[in-house]
Amino acid sequence: MEKKLGIIQTQSIVFNEPVKLECGKSLPGVTVAYEAYGALDKERGNAILVAHAFSGDAHAAGFHQGEDKPGWWDDLIGPGKALDTDKYFVICSNVIGGCKGSTGPSSINPVTGKPYGLDFPSVTIGDMVNVQKKLIDRLGIKKLLAVIGGSMGGMQVLQWAVDHPQMLKSAIPIATALKHSPQQIAFDEVGRQAVMADPDWRGGNYYDSGQPAKGLSVARMLGHITYMSDKSMEEKFSRKLKDDKYAFNFTAPDFEVEGYLRYRGDSFVKRFDANSYLYITKAMDYFELLPQDFLREDIKIDTRFLVIAFKSDWLYPAYQSQEIAKLLKIKGADATYCEINSTYGHDAFLLEVEEETRLIKHFLEKTYKTV
Amino acid sequence: MPLEDFNPTTDSTGSTDSTIKIMNYKSAPLDYKIIYDIVEPESRVLDLGCGSGALMQLLVEGKHAKAQGIEIDEEQIYQCVEKGLSVFHGDIDSGLSEYPDKCFDYVILNQSMQQARKASFIISEALRVGKKVIVGFPNFVHLTARIQMALKGRTPITPSLPYRWYNTPNLHFLSINDFKDFCKEEGIHIDSSYYLGKRMAILFFPNLFAFNAVFVISRSRKN
Repeated sequence: MEKKLGIIQTQSIVFNEPVKLECGKSLPGVTVAYEAYGALDKERGNAILVAHAFSGDAHAAGFHQGEDKPGWWDDLIGPGKALDTDKYFVICSNVIGGCKGSTGPSSINPVTGKPYGLDFPSVTIGDMVNVQKKLIDRLGIKKLLAVIGGSMGGMQVLQWAVDHPQMLKSAIPIATALKHSPQQIAFDEVGRQAVMADPDWRGGNYYDSGQPAKGLSVARMLGHITYMSDKSMEEKFSRKLKDDKYAFNFTAPDFEVEGYLRYRGDSFVKRFDANSYLYITKAMDYFELLPQDFLREDIKIDTRFLVIAFKSDWLYPAYQSQEIAKLLKIKGADATYCEINSTYGHDAFLLEVEEETRLIKHFLEKTYKTV
Repeated sequence: MPLEDFNPTTDSTGSTDSTIKIMNYKSAPLDYKIIYDIVEPESRVLDLGCGSGALMQLLVEGKHAKAQGIEIDEEQIYQCVEKGLSVFHGDIDSGLSEYPDKCFDYVILNQSMQQARKASFIISEALRVGKKVIVGFPNFVHLTARIQMALKGRTPITPSLPYRWYNTPNLHFLSINDFKDFCKEEGIHIDSSYYLGKRMAILFFPNLFAFNAVFVISRSRKN
């Protein structure tokens, strides 16, 4: 019998002290939504922090009451899985700037009593990690067995390695980069412009009138194209039609790929705040780790690294992960790099379960043994 | 040194991997034993073309070496990670440029040099990043190979060169004497050399009777 995580509830912790941000401003306090799976051992040495990607949330595994879809990385987190909850205590928190329980632009501004909107200060990947660190401290964890994440989650992993290297036994950045490239910034900018071009966006003050649905949906459609590959789209959709014949108009989608993108766009509008879209994409665009900040030589660091990339990922191409691997070579770190031969594009980090499991499971076992 | 049957280690091509998953010194092939005996305890080791990591595992467990591998084949990467080893997925032709000078005590090129495109560049890079380089390669001019070529007019197939012309991963074919000449021309110092027969070490006329050779080379100080 396969063991299951069962019903999971998102929890939250409120930090009532001001949180200084990289932009110079600060938040009077923050709420952090998180989920935890498994049990913390006596030595508090089995904790793994999972960092979610751009549109992810704290619900990484298990099921919420009454829902039939599990958390976004349920394939990798659970009893006997890569992040084995029989052995490890796995934590995932929603980033600040997000809209899934942690403080973000849709949260209430204590000064005005209304949602922040664009009064919300700019946040960075560094700020997200800073708040995660508060959560880890609050949970009484001195050293993490691992920090793991894909895409923007991988940026947080690398940021952890820069900001708190002594707290990490290991780091697993997946399908990510040391800095956002002009192409990555460009896609984000097109998405933001789509949101802001929608008259319903109203300068970010749409919380009474409703989301800029059209703009946000277009932004998400663009995103989904970048998450797939030419080959995975061919395999998934080819030129298949929704109906047997062309409609010869622009209203109904002719092709399945059009229908898919529209569906993805529409469902995104229901679950994701448009201003969070702006803030979080900006945080990714600001992301740049300088080689000299990475594994500084003046502190003793014994963090082990597992860097994973995917061959068909053109949004975060393998060369960006190779840059991480090169830096780890220069710094003499204990590191493994693997480029998984996947056709799924950037989405592979959510889909290549078997290969990722083979790597992550054994890497964690080895790391846990040497604790 | 205990000498047992020589098994060609076709590690980097993966054909015999599953059989050497759990390997100890006793069950290790002769070339592994020779390399194992060369490597000093606690050394920093880089294994180029490490395959499934069997040799690295031996060095990590028996010699407490700090080992890092580089390997091109994806499946072998998984097998290395399963053994708890650290490995970079990539080719050894371009994989060394980031490493600082002399950051390894040993760089191992066992049965991989002859498969790399730029063999001489790799050896010079290996000598840059490693204090010593251990090179193991098949001897192309073993007596049986010479007979097959001279009398039968066929491309030789020997225990250390088991492939047919159309499926060999080897790009360079060299003899023990060729390698010695190369070291002389390049000003590379040969610290020691070991010659391997089918069942035992070869002491006389190695260029004629050895199937494989293992050299320990270094750059003399003045270079």
